[in-house]
Amino acid sequence: MRVEMRVDGEPAAAEIDRPGESLLATLRDRLGLYGTKNACEQGECGSCTVLLDGDPVCACLVATAQCEGREVKTVIGAVPRPVRDAFIACGAVQCGFCTPGLLVSVADLLTREADPSDLQIREALAGNLCRCTGYEKIIDAVHAAAETMAGAVPDQAPARAHLRHDQWIRLAGTPRTAGDSREDAP
Amino acid sequence: MSQTTAPFHTPADLAEALRLLAAHPEAVPVAGGTDLMVAVNYRLTRPAAMLDLTRLAELREWTDEGDAIRIGSGVPYARITAELATVLPGLAAAARTVGSPQIRNRGTLGGNLATASPAGDGHPPLLATGADIEIASARGTRTVPVEAFFTGPKRSVLQPGELITAVTVPKAAGPQQFLKVGTRNAMVIAVCSLAVALDLDARRLGTGIGSAGPTPLTAPDANLIELPWGRTGLFNDALAEEFGRRVAAAARPIDDVRGTAAYRRHALAVCAARALRRVWTAAHGGSGR
Ligand SMILES: Cc1cc2nc3c(=O)[nH]c(=O)nc-3n(C[C@H](O)[C@H](O)[C@H](O)COP(=O)(O)OP(=O)(O)OC[C@H]3O[C@@H](n4cnc5c(N)ncnc54)[C@H](O)[C@@H]3O)c2cc1C
Ligand code: FES
Ligand code: FES
Repeated sequence: MRVEMRVDGEPAAAEIDRPGESLLATLRDRLGLYGTKNACEQGECGSCTVLLDGDPVCACLVATAQCEGREVKTVIGAVPRPVRDAFIACGAVQCGFCTPGLLVSVADLLTREADPSDLQIREALAGNLCRCTGYEKIIDAVHAAAETMAGAVPDQAPARAHLRHDQWIRLAGTPRTAGDSREDAP
Repeated sequence: MSQTTAPFHTPADLAEALRLLAAHPEAVPVAGGTDLMVAVNYRLTRPAAMLDLTRLAELREWTDEGDAIRIGSGVPYARITAELATVLPGLAAAARTVGSPQIRNRGTLGGNLATASPAGDGHPPLLATGADIEIASARGTRTVPVEAFFTGPKRSVLQPGELITAVTVPKAAGPQQFLKVGTRNAMVIAVCSLAVALDLDARRLGTGIGSAGPTPLTAPDANLIELPWGRTGLFNDALAEEFGRRVAAAARPIDDVRGTAAYRRHALAVCAARALRRVWTAAHGGSGR
């Protein structure tokens, strides 16, 4: 059975051979889009989070055939640049496995809430597990992204960011080394 | 495109869905997929055919019926929380505790009821308010009071060929509470849960207990506790604790991986006393803790 949808703004079609094939399996195994990660296939980890007609959902729990004519956005098409940059700059990416799902959830949060509180961030990201960072740097990254997207460069660093705002602006997009941040030094 | 290799039915309206279901009894309905797709992914079930409910506009709307809200079975939790918190505070609070944002964007009351898990968070507030479940098939429509819906663990009165179309929930006539015990604040299956609804017009209490019996339960004996309606200031801790004891006595919990029966009874007594203090205080003032 052929399913046609839009993925990251482009038309995409997949031939599926069982009714229960998940959108996650289709994205990765048929469309070669490996940005959407597979960790649990039971909705627990959020590493497969994509936007389906604008709402964050677990791609592993959506049947591909339910997506006929729908709009899917993965980490490739859903995430504004400042969100990605802030994750790198704030040290919110360690092994990186959770990152694509988190980026999609954060992108969604910031479209609904331009300046979210810590509590709003925690609630919005409750469905995205990260085994590495301990979440604090992810929360810093959300605040940092929100500030950039609001166009305001604050005179003070975000409360717990381990880089100053001007430092991470400069560093955004470039690989970090230990010397980039004073707080990283022993 | 070959319908034979992957029969996936996408009816455009309810009538077509019921016709298709009658003609293809092997087709498994799928709404949010948050229960079904886990089972599919883990090969616990391999549906030969599926039938999509997410395109049925009739199931994805709620309407104001005067003294009740009729919620289409396919309205996701996120919308129940966002749109119905004022009129149905107990159900909206329960919806907010389900899974995570991703789960609440997809998961539905219809799927929760059809799965009929004793731990389903939608059930206690429906029991506490005396909701009605509307069920349709190609043969017609019937309405089942929620107390009569569950018949055992993951079993209900739902028959093959039937779809849950809507849940009609009386509008809150007073404060309501939903308390859920779990190991963290998000993404937990309840160790036990409790919904309490205080109806100030009818001077009535309603309760719904989750995850502490083979089915979700009510506590009829606790509902009948005598409250000082005439002199609201006479409400006291002893009354709240007696209510807690009666709720715990109504539970029929077992020991399992999430908790022991003894713990569940204890937690329910604490939750019930707390919930009653809160609803009474919200209605009449005083110091509810
Ligand atoms: C990570 C995770 C966390 C979860 N957390 C919670 C939680 O905290 N609390 C909780 O209660 N649940 C939880 N769940 C379970 C699930 O999200 C809920 O039970 C949800 O309500 C199921 O709805 P659905 O629309 O996704 O159902 P689906 O998976 O689409 O369907 C479930 C079953 O119901 C049938 N069905 C669906 N709709 C209808 C209908 N209208 N008529 C007849 N049959 C129908 C399907 O055929 C299927 O057998 C969780 C699930 C996951 C994966
Ligand atoms: S892979 Fe989908 S939630 Fe984990
Ligand atoms: S960075 Fe490794 S799981 Fe989050």
